[in-house]
Amino acid sequence: MKSALKNLKSFAGGLHPPDGKHFSAGKAIEICPLPEELVIPLAQHIGAPAEACVEVGALVKKGSPIAKAKGFVSVPIHASTSGEVIAVEPRLHPMGKHLPAVVIKPDGKDLWDDSLTGADPQDLNAAELKNRLQAAGIVGLGGATFPTHVKLSPPADKPIDTLILNGVECEPFLTADHRLMLEETERIFDGIDILRKILGITRAVIGIEANKPDAIELLTARGAARQIEVQALEVKYPQGAEKQLIDAITGRQVPSGTLPMEVGVVVQNVGTCAAISDAIRRGHPLVERVVSVTGPALVEPKNLLVRIGTSLQFLVDQCGGLNGTAAKIIMGGPMMGQTQLSLDVPAIRGTSGVLIFRQQDLPRYEAGPCIRCGRCISVCPIHLQPTSIAACARLDMIDQAAGYHALDCIECGCCTYICPATLPLVQSIRYAKAAIMAQKRTT
Amino acid sequence: MFASILTLGGIGLFAAVALGVAAKKFAVEIDPRELAVLDALPGANCGACGMPGCAGYAKAIVDGSMAPNLCTPGGSEAIEKIAQIMGVEAQSAEPQVAVVCCQGDNQKATLKYRYLGLYDCNAAQKIADGPKTCPGGCLGLGSCVRACPFDAIEITAAGLAVINRDKCTGCQKCVAQCPRSVIHMTPRLAETHVLCNSTDKGAQVRKYCQVGCIACQICKKNAPEAYQIENFLARVDYSHAAAAAAVAEKCPTKCIRDFSHGYPDGSSYGVPTPEKLRGEAV
Repeated sequence: MKSALKNLKSFAGGLHPPDGKHFSAGKAIEICPLPEELVIPLAQHIGAPAEACVEVGALVKKGSPIAKAKGFVSVPIHASTSGEVIAVEPRLHPMGKHLPAVVIKPDGKDLWDDSLTGADPQDLNAAELKNRLQAAGIVGLGGATFPTHVKLSPPADKPIDTLILNGVECEPFLTADHRLMLEETERIFDGIDILRKILGITRAVIGIEANKPDAIELLTARGAARQIEVQALEVKYPQGAEKQLIDAITGRQVPSGTLPMEVGVVVQNVGTCAAISDAIRRGHPLVERVVSVTGPALVEPKNLLVRIGTSLQFLVDQCGGLNGTAAKIIMGGPMMGQTQLSLDVPAIRGTSGVLIFRQQDLPRYEAGPCIRCGRCISVCPIHLQPTSIAACARLDMIDQAAGYHALDCIECGCCTYICPATLPLVQSIRYAKAAIMAQKRTT
Repeated sequence: MFASILTLGGIGLFAAVALGVAAKKFAVEIDPRELAVLDALPGANCGACGMPGCAGYAKAIVDGSMAPNLCTPGGSEAIEKIAQIMGVEAQSAEPQVAVVCCQGDNQKATLKYRYLGLYDCNAAQKIADGPKTCPGGCLGLGSCVRACPFDAIEITAAGLAVINRDKCTGCQKCVAQCPRSVIHMTPRLAETHVLCNSTDKGAQVRKYCQVGCIACQICKKNAPEAYQIENFLARVDYSHAAAAAAVAEKCPTKCIRDFSHGYPDGSSYGVPTPEKLRGEAV
């Protein structure tokens, strides 16, 4: 145990903001009760949104498909409880827009669809397993929600030798993966075995930040028998970013503009592994996930097992409500999460956390001019010059921004966090990235 | 001393002859009309004609690949001059000015959230479709101001873009920049406009804006030829400008503005120069 916490690996750059994990790290996962209404958006993953395949009045069971995948980089969406479809209409989406969603009124029985059957992964080949994962709607649960079956389909000329499991959870406040590793170790290990079978490899390494010693100890002890390595990592944000994690664990650097498969690695989140196990063994699609509902504004922060489509207001009610007025609601972590317009939005597959802050928790300064201190450059995990890219973006010098490798930015937010002038650096860089992509599409 | 005068003089003479020969031999033929046309153009290089600059447009007019009446900043005066040079009849395009079809500044219209990011409309629009509750209203972060080559746009203290009708040349650069398409091109002579860009129903507009068009039809009832209502939004038929101006006062939310009475609230521009005077001054 002690030796595991020495020799911590990491990457160059990054920082460690106050992590606020104490709010919910010690709270065991609780099952969130059924709400009055579930709003299930059709756009919940990267790629083409799913297409609704139910009509108003249809009776659905838990796990029945309510929307079909549209293309290879897409997954179907499933009902997260049994009940009646009462509307198929645009509803407020966590993106801040009104986007198509299926609204279900639960019948209270919460019955699984009978047609869903599990299988022993040993009886299935890699292609069958991947088809089952797509049909179950499995996407990366770390927050990016990239369809898992696509990640597991590298081209033949890119051999994979290492599977990395992301249990880092470097975003402040979030504790969902931490709790899952402690409470659902077996399901995670089973998911890892299935992933190894699909990829045809044996090496699997779980990366965990050293601020979760209990998880490191437990997984090291139980993983040894199943040839699953555990690597303790320095407590530093963004340690859980895919390319930084690969660098820390294998020492391989993923070249600019390429994917991890370029260096023979596939990275999956530990939460995704648990969902994969359910999808194959029990045939259960992705209809629920663990969400950390936390932050100084909550009376009793909790880790909840939430049905997709439950409104944030309902989650807050389960945590004893708010002690004050919510001034900022963030879905995801504070560094990369998305600020919400109201609590009247549903939790979706990418919702790793719901953070609520009051006005007094949010120091706010007027943005001033750049003082050329260079702190953004020293913390950038990609070794970019955020201030230069931001200056180009402000002046609409798109070609120059591309020359500063704006497209390599992972939008981790370290530069904005550290900036003493509180400049909106990431927003400027995103603006430049969007302009560069638009230029690429037209030429 | 004599030798040095001779040497330097000799070099000078040789260079003069060489340059003279080169100028004749390698002369690039420029159509004199091209220079004359370039002279007639305003020289703002604004790009309204579709060419990157005035010189390119002048060349295109002379070689006949482009019509001579595409310069909006130059107006009818420039078009007539060019027509004279080219020996064609002037077919002047109707002069146009840009109008921000919104009066809902940050005091009159509500916000969905407090925006603290980059001071730019296009950047703000990417975050949950912009901070303003109204889906069509002016964001007031000045992307149009930065695009305007003629310094003809201001942002009021309450955050609303206003276009100076005396300075606007109709180059449309602001129209291209605006992420909410709230800037419309209108005939220069028309002074009465519906300053609203929301296609939501009246009841919804009332919730987020004090000066939005609620599609109450009063303007249409009083002057059916001058107003149309489409998508819960009144629009002026500019061929009946006088009739439109006559009922502007009747609008209950005051979203119909007659610019001859002044610019929207908070603007420093005062009252536009009446069209007749403006014509004489030019």
